[in-house]
Amino acid sequence: MSFKSLSDPFDASKSLLHKSDCDCPMCLLEKNQPHLSARDKQESIEQTLQQKLDQQSEPHSKKIISPAEAALQSQEEIIDRAVESAVVRSVFGHNDMSRRSFLSMIGAGTTAAVLGSVFPMEEAKAAIKETMGLGPLEKKKLNIGFVPITCATPIIMAHPMGFYEKNGLDVDVIKTAGWAVARDKSLAKEYDASHMLTPMPLAMSMGAGSTAKPFIMPTVENINGQAIVLHNDHKDKRDPKDWKGFKFGVPFEYSMHNFLLRYYVAEHGLDPDKDIQIRVVPPPEMVANLRAGNLDGYLSPDPFNQRAVWEKVGFIHTLTKDIWEGHPCCAFACSKEFAVQNPNTYGALLRSIIDATEYSAKSENRKEIAEAISPKNYLNQPVPVVQQVLTGRYADGLGSVMDVPDRIDFDPFPWHSMGVWILTQMKRWGYIKGDIDYQKIAEEVYTAAETGRVMKELGYEPPAKTYENYTIMGKEFDYTKPEAYVESFAIKRT
Amino acid sequence: MLNSLRVKSTLLSIILLVLLLGIWEGANQPPSDTKPLTEYELLMGGASQEARVPPPSDVIALGWEELSNPFYDAGPNDKGIGIQLGYSIYRVLVGFFLAALIAIPVGFLIGMSPLMYNALNPFIQVLRPISPLAWMPLALFIIKDSEVSAIFVIFICSIWPMLINTAFGVANVRKDWINVARTHQLTPIQTALQVILPAAAPTILTGMRISIGIAWLVIVAAEMLVGGTGIGYYVWNEWNNLDLSSVIFSIFMIGVIGMILDLLLAYAARWVEYQE
Repeated sequence: MSFKSLSDPFDASKSLLHKSDCDCPMCLLEKNQPHLSARDKQESIEQTLQQKLDQQSEPHSKKIISPAEAALQSQEEIIDRAVESAVVRSVFGHNDMSRRSFLSMIGAGTTAAVLGSVFPMEEAKAAIKETMGLGPLEKKKLNIGFVPITCATPIIMAHPMGFYEKNGLDVDVIKTAGWAVARDKSLAKEYDASHMLTPMPLAMSMGAGSTAKPFIMPTVENINGQAIVLHNDHKDKRDPKDWKGFKFGVPFEYSMHNFLLRYYVAEHGLDPDKDIQIRVVPPPEMVANLRAGNLDGYLSPDPFNQRAVWEKVGFIHTLTKDIWEGHPCCAFACSKEFAVQNPNTYGALLRSIIDATEYSAKSENRKEIAEAISPKNYLNQPVPVVQQVLTGRYADGLGSVMDVPDRIDFDPFPWHSMGVWILTQMKRWGYIKGDIDYQKIAEEVYTAAETGRVMKELGYEPPAKTYENYTIMGKEFDYTKPEAYVESFAIKRT
Repeated sequence: MLNSLRVKSTLLSIILLVLLLGIWEGANQPPSDTKPLTEYELLMGGASQEARVPPPSDVIALGWEELSNPFYDAGPNDKGIGIQLGYSIYRVLVGFFLAALIAIPVGFLIGMSPLMYNALNPFIQVLRPISPLAWMPLALFIIKDSEVSAIFVIFICSIWPMLINTAFGVANVRKDWINVARTHQLTPIQTALQVILPAAAPTILTGMRISIGIAWLVIVAAEMLVGGTGIGYYVWNEWNNLDLSSVIFSIFMIGVIGMILDLLLAYAARWVEYQE
């Protein structure tokens, strides 16, 4: 339950901001008993709430309200307060002082009445609850899986930084051993939603590599953020033509890592199935295998690229950003069933994730995020490594300090054209066969319209269209002609 | 004499331990930092980050830290070593006792009846050599619950040694005793409970001892695979961080708990032993 910064805007003594003297139950508790566990805090807050509600109701017609109901009411209350304070803020600007002096002069009741008469406060509250799917949440306690890599940043940071809480959700983010497990736990409904790779919901919906179950992918987590790392012994082999016989690692078959590595070497004339070996290796094992000489290189998620440099076993050959600027990588996905059955919860979840993704996109927040997600509970990595990844000021392992602010970037919009591109590569390498209605599948799985709507509601600017063409390593991709695109490659498995 | 041998062997153990730790410690000293580092060197992790096996002093310090607060709970992904071990032991015991519940009666059955033995033997022979972890994907798919799947994997790996040992023990009860039972006109049930069970108990317990050893071996791998909680998850989580001190410390903990489980069953075996 969240009480953050939503005190009564008509009370002159109360700040609209979450200040040091904030007297919401959350802050009071934090101040008085800072050592309580999260669970005790929650209970204590529910008790306080219960007491308040008990006091309000008449003594003899005392109604028993369950904590769940109380939470529900407070959820509505939070929205009401949010709307009220937004209106009050818009009248007084962000100047707390002028609001206070005005309120103390006129009185809170009068102010509320006056504002209510010129602004349809109640209608606004109802409208907001309506459009944002903000009725009572069907399910408050959620399990969200993540694989501990920096691609999952928005999903992870939303937890310590309170983005889920703000939307009334009680989320456990659960570290997962790999994408196959994330997939199976999602299929088994142990996870309500999960961190996945952008090709996974497409593959799962089509039943490639698993049972077919409709999954949707409302947001892309990160764009860019991967790299090709080579062993230190290969410092003289920077030309991919010298890579014949190399053993490469990728984290999962249905991954951008696999498709980008295949694309990259094929553009340099190597057949990824014949001239090199591509193995599926979990990211942490990649560094160890690289050290042991078992792998010559890998295309993997960060922080394991930077970790290889930090461990002095490899160097960064190229960032995937330089293969395809702005390529999608990881995603936030859930089953269609979950979204349909819990529309309000799904809405709240979407808002948390989109908000967290946009927050992560701002470079000034990256240092703070790196510190929030490095501890054992989340990535379990040294802070300087995560910081180098997120801020883009990093050592490349070849002796220079690089400055690439968009080494990893975050953009929630799930372009349909990205889905089409991924499907063309799945077709190209034989992961899917036969005739494919590229656009139809992409549109069913990547719910761009909904994402755009929520982005707009949160005050972000979604793109006006959902398709665009890309230029990848100088080659044009036209989303209207996917089949011709597949056929245009010299090296393919069709 | 025995006493002095004991003292001597203990002394030798300690000397060996000190020697081993001493060599390990001496061979793995961090390189000393010399001059101030440039930004590049700092971003590379400085000089002290050179990949190496941690010396035992690091591992002991870490172990002390972990063991002094073994039951902290900082969210779903960060729990104390005590809680993690607790989860693993719980899974192992549940799977193990479920297996015993089935393996011992079935073992009895096939030990007493040559017909059942011949009928079930092919199944046992095919199923027994399957690596428990090979069941994992199938279990996850069918059971749709990672917790129950982990217990199932323990169950499936513990069942075979108990089954085979029970059958062996039951089949090899001395014929004289069964004949004595017959002359005393005992019913088959009485024969089973009063003559065969006590006679086969040491072999059954040996089977259980082998089973729990295997179960404890398997749980670590199973938990590495499904993640979540348990000592296997702990190792995986530290592996994720490439933190060798923690990995070595948890290996040690796994060994200690495995030893304790084995000792408990060895102790139980003493209760059913008999002298001819």
